[in-house]
This record gives sequence, C-alpha cells and structure tokens, in this order.
Amino acid sequence: MRIRSFVRFAILLGVMQAAWGCAALGVKPWQREVLARPEMALNAEPIDAAIDDHIYFSKEAASGGRSFGGGGCGCN
Amino acid sequence: MALLLLVGTSPPAIATSADDLLDLAAFRGQVVYLDFWASWCAPCRESFPWMNHLQGELGPKGLVVIAINVDRERADAEQFLREHVAQFRIIYDPDGQLPEKFGVRGMPTSFLIDRNGHVHSRHEGFLVRDRDALTQQIRALVLAH
Repeated sequence: MRIRSFVRFAILLGVMQAAWGCAALGVKPWQREVLARPEMALNAEPIDAAIDDHIYFSKEAASGGRSFGGGGCGCN
Repeated sequence: MALLLLVGTSPPAIATSADDLLDLAAFRGQVVYLDFWASWCAPCRESFPWMNHLQGELGPKGLVVIAINVDRERADAEQFLREHVAQFRIIYDPDGQLPEKFGVRGMPTSFLIDRNGHVHSRHEGFLVRDRDALTQQIRALVLAH
C-alpha cells in the first residue's frame, strides 16, 4: 500500500515537473549581457566562421542566423 | 511554517517599483523619447550621438530624452557613458522592471510618448538608415502641439 502511494506520488511529481519544467526558461532581451560576450559566440574564430558561412551559403543559398540578439541588436 | 520563515527572512523582492524609477506623469505636457539601452548592445552606441543631437535640437521645444539602462553591473554602464557621453537623462534599472512593464522585445527599443502621456509609437533596433525617418517622426510630434 505504501509502495503504491509512493509510486503515485512519484508519477504526480513527474507530471508536475513536465507541466511547468519549461515555463521559466528563456532569457529576456534585456538580460543578454552574458550572451553578448565575444567568448559566447558559437564560433569565436572570424576566419573559421567566414569559411563555415561560405560553405553554408553555397549549400543553402542563405546566410546569417548566427546571432543571439534579436530585434535589431547586433550583439554577437 | 517553513514557508513563513522563508518569507520572513528573504529581502523584499522589489525594492523600488517601476513607477518609482520612472514617473511619466511628471513629464505630462512634454514629448518623451524613452530609450532602453545596455552597454553590451552595439546599436546603442550609434544611437547616443543621435539622441544627444535630438535633445539639443528639440529639447527647448518640449522633448525629453530618457535613456533607461538595463545593465546588471552599474560599472559596465558607467564605462559606456565615459566613452559615449550622454547629454540626456539616464535611469538605471538593473532589475529590468521597466522593460518588463513596457514589454520590450529587443534591444534597443524606444518609445515615443506624446504630451498626454500616451505611447505614440515604438521602435525596435537602431539602424543608421532609419535615423532620419525617426527624427522626422519625433520632430513632427514635438512641433505639432
């Protein structure tokens, strides 16, 4: 009996976590100061990044989309 | 009981409210250009000389430029201000209460508030090519009466 109630509690806990586990994720636009640091770039080597971009552009006929900043901010 | 203790010992969550930081009612009768900026925001660097110019030209005609800094570290903001001198009001909001209240979706974001205190328009980002259109919009609102 005790085991069953424990299992029930564990399932309930799991469901609760799944329900709001992702609710508090995300960084607000005004909290991006750490993300904007150069060392936070996906690729901090400009030449390497340029070569990657060239390959990407050749394959996809599109470029960009590397940045974290949105809404006109050129952060990273 | 544990919860009560927790509530009792934790510092007040919000020391100053968004209204304490910025009281727009005090600027009723003036056009307010409200700009959200941060030291790490690259376009903000470009907007500062332009906002200085704006304040210089339209300030005597009833425009108030208010720049709200959202840096968590005050020293970062002060370093930025040493490099980019601001001739307008600066409000420090390290907890991000004002951007939360205004629903800022990107940095920088600016709001143009008319003489009655209503938000006339909002502008996200700062591109040099948008500057002249923005200046004209602000000038028109300030000179309209």
